[in-house]
Amino acid sequence: MTLLRVENLAIDVARDGGTCRLVHDAHFSVDRGETIAIVGESGSGKSLTALAVMDLLGEGLSVSGGRILFDDQDLTALSPRERNALRGSKVAMIFQEPMTSLNPVRSIEHQLTEGMRLKMKLSRKAARARALELLNEVGISDPVRRLKQYPHQLSGGMRQRVMIAIALSCEPDLILADEPTTALDVTIQAQILALTSRLCRDHGVGLVLITHNLGIVARYAQNVAVMYGGRVVERATARQLYRDPQHPYTRGLLASVPRLDLPRDTPLRPIPGAPPDPTVELPGCRFHPRCPKATDICARQVPEFSVTDGHEVACWNAAVDHTEGKGAVA
Amino acid sequence: MTNEAPLLEVENLQVDFAIRKGLMQRTVGVVRAVSGVSFSIPRGTSFGLVGESGCGKTTVARAVLQLVEASAGTIRFDGEDIAGMDAPALQKFRSRVQAVFQDPFSSLNPRMSTGRILSEPLRVHRLKPDSEIKAEVARLLDICGLPARFADLYPHEMSGGQRQRVGIARALAMNPELIVCDEAVSALDVSIQAQIINLLEDLQKELGLTYLFIGHDLSVVRHICDQVGVMYLGRMAETAPSDPLFAKPRHPYTRALIDAVPNPDPDYEQGREIAPLEGEVPSPANPPSGCFFHPRCRLATERCRREVPVLDPVEPGHLAACWETGVTVPSG
Repeated sequence: MTLLRVENLAIDVARDGGTCRLVHDAHFSVDRGETIAIVGESGSGKSLTALAVMDLLGEGLSVSGGRILFDDQDLTALSPRERNALRGSKVAMIFQEPMTSLNPVRSIEHQLTEGMRLKMKLSRKAARARALELLNEVGISDPVRRLKQYPHQLSGGMRQRVMIAIALSCEPDLILADEPTTALDVTIQAQILALTSRLCRDHGVGLVLITHNLGIVARYAQNVAVMYGGRVVERATARQLYRDPQHPYTRGLLASVPRLDLPRDTPLRPIPGAPPDPTVELPGCRFHPRCPKATDICARQVPEFSVTDGHEVACWNAAVDHTEGKGAVA
Repeated sequence: MTNEAPLLEVENLQVDFAIRKGLMQRTVGVVRAVSGVSFSIPRGTSFGLVGESGCGKTTVARAVLQLVEASAGTIRFDGEDIAGMDAPALQKFRSRVQAVFQDPFSSLNPRMSTGRILSEPLRVHRLKPDSEIKAEVARLLDICGLPARFADLYPHEMSGGQRQRVGIARALAMNPELIVCDEAVSALDVSIQAQIINLLEDLQKELGLTYLFIGHDLSVVRHICDQVGVMYLGRMAETAPSDPLFAKPRHPYTRALIDAVPNPDPDYEQGREIAPLEGEVPSPANPPSGCFFHPRCRLATERCRREVPVLDPVEPGHLAACWETGVTVPSG
């Protein structure tokens, strides 16, 4: 059964007396024990989408359309109190920068047991016992000493392990991880992602991995949604997406990254231009000013989705050619 | 490649930082940020330095730029020891060596227009008469792929990629020979990063530039650099031309770094088991004995715990500091 299904999600920001749409159409779904990646660059709306699922959108931001179905229940229809009860217990989040998302003046014990005492109504003693178990599980040695410490006494990798332990503490069904390893070194990144992925699989937790790193997606995700300019533009299994990218943006991304598994002199083929300013209205496909395949209709009308074998793409010209372009990245 | 002397030669570079304590800020110890690092960069080529945070790669760059003082060792630029340069020679040196930093937002003055950012070095170093400055600014913007009207814009009016182009244009204003790129493309989005990498490569070809490229993204460093040095805790672990280094790393640390990089290929990635390198980089204030890498190394022997390995050639041009380098390093 689908654990989370986001449908036609739109997010607005209040601005100069009016509103401005930052996310136009985000949609994806994730099952228990499954990892789905949301890929996109700055301003694509990937982080806002995650925050909307958590009901953590900041001042001035609001969900203005679509549904967020969690266990078949539409979260957007719930009261703030009901959302609050879910947050941290059924749905947890791992943030990018553990130094700013952990409280610097509270001990690890306080931060790790807070959720369990509040949401699971555990006694101080029971919460502490479980905290020790969790620290062991995320690979932190000497947990008794670590519980007494504060975030600044831990390394970046260890802080991110604590974040994972906090996320797991109330036995959630779903974890959203927003660029969980972007600030970490590549060896620590590998440790943290392997750990997160294993724990989610073992506990049957659905994982939404938000990242810009196409290598991480390839290693850890079964399904992928590519976001551009506030829209999901392509959705497929990881294998389909890398073997046969359909959207010109996805192809452009794949041709932009240098790869260790290709000859060193393989030329990079960057996407020209820059991502659109989310606050500027742009008719049609938001990728059309940068798109090598753009035609008249692209500038006028938002592309419809076409689906083949579960591979979904929003591009007027996607069906035109299925061969050119992939040779360069495969 | 030519037979002429390398443009930059770093020999046994050592940089110590004092640990100060108490009211009188007495020195109670030193952190050796860089220890015995040597490499040279032939003119017109790129040398990459990689390693995890705290490995000393940025400190090496800062020593080359004369932003920190070397505690020992020599840095020769175009055959001349920069420690022995007098003030006029040093000023000349500073115009021949320029830097591009990671975050173009914090390295460009927010109160200066692009035009002023680019014309200031031209005026200070009297490279162009005032009448030609405007045209020169337009030329610099043009070779970095920006239209001339950008001269009137301020940093906050530009995107990250455009700011980094201005950062590069500013470095080029001095008509330098060596450009030190310290994580110059790390903060950029994937599609923009590729544009800047291509720009750096095109400029190198056209202007015959030499790069010292500091980065943590191995695939980017491999793409740009002819030669790469891998640093660990202030020491050079391995250095070789890019192709052999990545195809056949001889230091277990290099192997581990390469294995940790996920490739954008699900068929390959989801089928491969990797054992991520365990533990974290030790504190440089209290490094382990012998080979600094031994506590995390799967090949470590008694000798590795006792003796510092020497950076020796394993093949011509390929040097590794490892006692077990004859042993095939298992992948994953």
